[in-house]
Amino acid sequence: MSLDKKAVRSIAELARIEVPEDELESLAGELSNILSFVEQLAEANTDGVQPMTSVAAMTLPWRADVVNDGGYPTKVLANAPEPVTLDEGGFFTVPKVVE
Amino acid sequence: MSALENLTIAEAGRRLAKGDFTAVELTEAHVARMARFRHLNAYITETPEAAIAAAKASDERRRQGQAGGLEGIPLGIKDLFCTEGVQTTAASRILEGFKPQYESTVTQRLKAAGAVSLGKLNLDEFAMGSSNTTSAFGPVENPWKRKSAPATKLVPGGSSGGSAAAVAARIAMGATGTDTGGSIRQPASFCGIVGIKPTYGRCSRWGIVAFASSLDQAGPMARTVEDCALMLNAMAGHDAKDSTSAPIAVPDFARALTGDIRGLKVGIPAEYRPAGLSDEVAKVWDQGIEWLKAAGAIPVEISLPTTKYALPTYYIIAPAECSSNLARYDGVRFGLRVPGQTLDDMYRKTRAAGFGREVRRRILIGTYVLSAGYYDAYYAKAQKVRRLIADDFANAFKTVDVILTPTAPTPAFAQGENTDDPVTMWLNDVFTIPTSMAGLPGLSLPAGLSSDGLPLGLQLIGRPFDEETLFRVAGVMETAADFKALPEGV
Repeated sequence: MSLDKKAVRSIAELARIEVPEDELESLAGELSNILSFVEQLAEANTDGVQPMTSVAAMTLPWRADVVNDGGYPTKVLANAPEPVTLDEGGFFTVPKVVE
Repeated sequence: MSALENLTIAEAGRRLAKGDFTAVELTEAHVARMARFRHLNAYITETPEAAIAAAKASDERRRQGQAGGLEGIPLGIKDLFCTEGVQTTAASRILEGFKPQYESTVTQRLKAAGAVSLGKLNLDEFAMGSSNTTSAFGPVENPWKRKSAPATKLVPGGSSGGSAAAVAARIAMGATGTDTGGSIRQPASFCGIVGIKPTYGRCSRWGIVAFASSLDQAGPMARTVEDCALMLNAMAGHDAKDSTSAPIAVPDFARALTGDIRGLKVGIPAEYRPAGLSDEVAKVWDQGIEWLKAAGAIPVEISLPTTKYALPTYYIIAPAECSSNLARYDGVRFGLRVPGQTLDDMYRKTRAAGFGREVRRRILIGTYVLSAGYYDAYYAKAQKVRRLIADDFANAFKTVDVILTPTAPTPAFAQGENTDDPVTMWLNDVFTIPTSMAGLPGLSLPAGLSSDGLPLGLQLIGRPFDEETLFRVAGVMETAADFKALPEGV
């Protein structure tokens, strides 16, 4: 699979990573090289093989659906960029999304 | 070299118990030495005051007869483990200044065993790399030098490059590492130390910055097999906070070093001897087989036919999981924020500025292989091939007890080499990735030196949750190898 600039622009948008217009071409080349490398898997015969979704041969544990953690908003906000402090309500902040 | 920093963990533990020296003295010796070796750039964050305070507390516990399994032992912690109140960066700008409000389970267990943390060790950004050159905090230098070119700076391997370099340079008695495709074993090989990636599920992943969750596993790195066993004793165990952590009892791994491997069947996979494998690596491998034979083990030729597909499978699955895991770095709840006009604009600018080149590349590949219309062709296909790789090992373990291979195809290379093409760089992990794909335990130990004076490691691969056999065989090989060489200046 060879990716062009347009495809890379759209992947970068999906990944929410800004890529300058003048880097799209070289990035398309790098990503295409990687994809042609991994595409050798096409030749492996996987007819009737079940995808391996878990390494461990064990069933994931169940637990009661109850709150078992929390109650420390100061810690939760401790590393937040530009948070609203606890005495003002205690929030994460983002740029305005609703006019 | 001062005697204290050169001790093994086992010996230091015995002598601390006898009262030959205190944990404070042992920690101070390491702190002084960290300054001398700062040019290696092994630590991102040194925490000397906290280390001395922890050592004092350790001496106090010992006086009260409450010594743990690693009481007073100074260790380095890979900067991928969350440590309460101590900056945890994953070697990325996007996490610079991030101070976790909680402690990872593995580091909590090490503390509970009495270990003293010297600081946070450098790594490839988000553990993505095989040379420790993708760190946002600069590359780590391997203390080992080529005899032919002692001025050339060599890489320590990666991603646990700071861990390996620190242990080799005696600025930590042992260190935590994490291994996703070889990130404990390859740097251990490059730096002439021992490292084990335990079975997936043996150590809790809780509080470890996630890269590829179906592959990531923590493990110890130290200078002897016994020291790794002692560290793993403390690190391993079930944790309800990690649903993939195995509810399996943890044996005393150090007791597995019986020295007796008579009758053990050791698989030698033909596929790990590709055309073009360096003569030196092949020679060390052959030597390893001879050591095992001399100790009464039986080498058995085996085949792992899907080996050649392991690398391409990994480079679909690991980027796919990384693109999901790293979606959390969005500038909202923690880490870097670059202002933007809109929410999406903020995401895009934050992630462009915060992630380095290799991380961005892997996120983009992962995003692509998971995107609508391509999922089956790439990700689902890779999951099927992954099962074939795991089946290869399961078949082999019907006839053999352990598998012996080289750890890496080459000794340490120079900073700046192998960087033009990511695929060439990835070949470093060709012998370690299959084990990771299958979730099996793998141990690397130093087995000899290249003609240019650099360490070469051998890898032992075991059945799921049979780290004990790895330690037992590794102990025998360690005695036979009698690896005493030291890096220059150490």
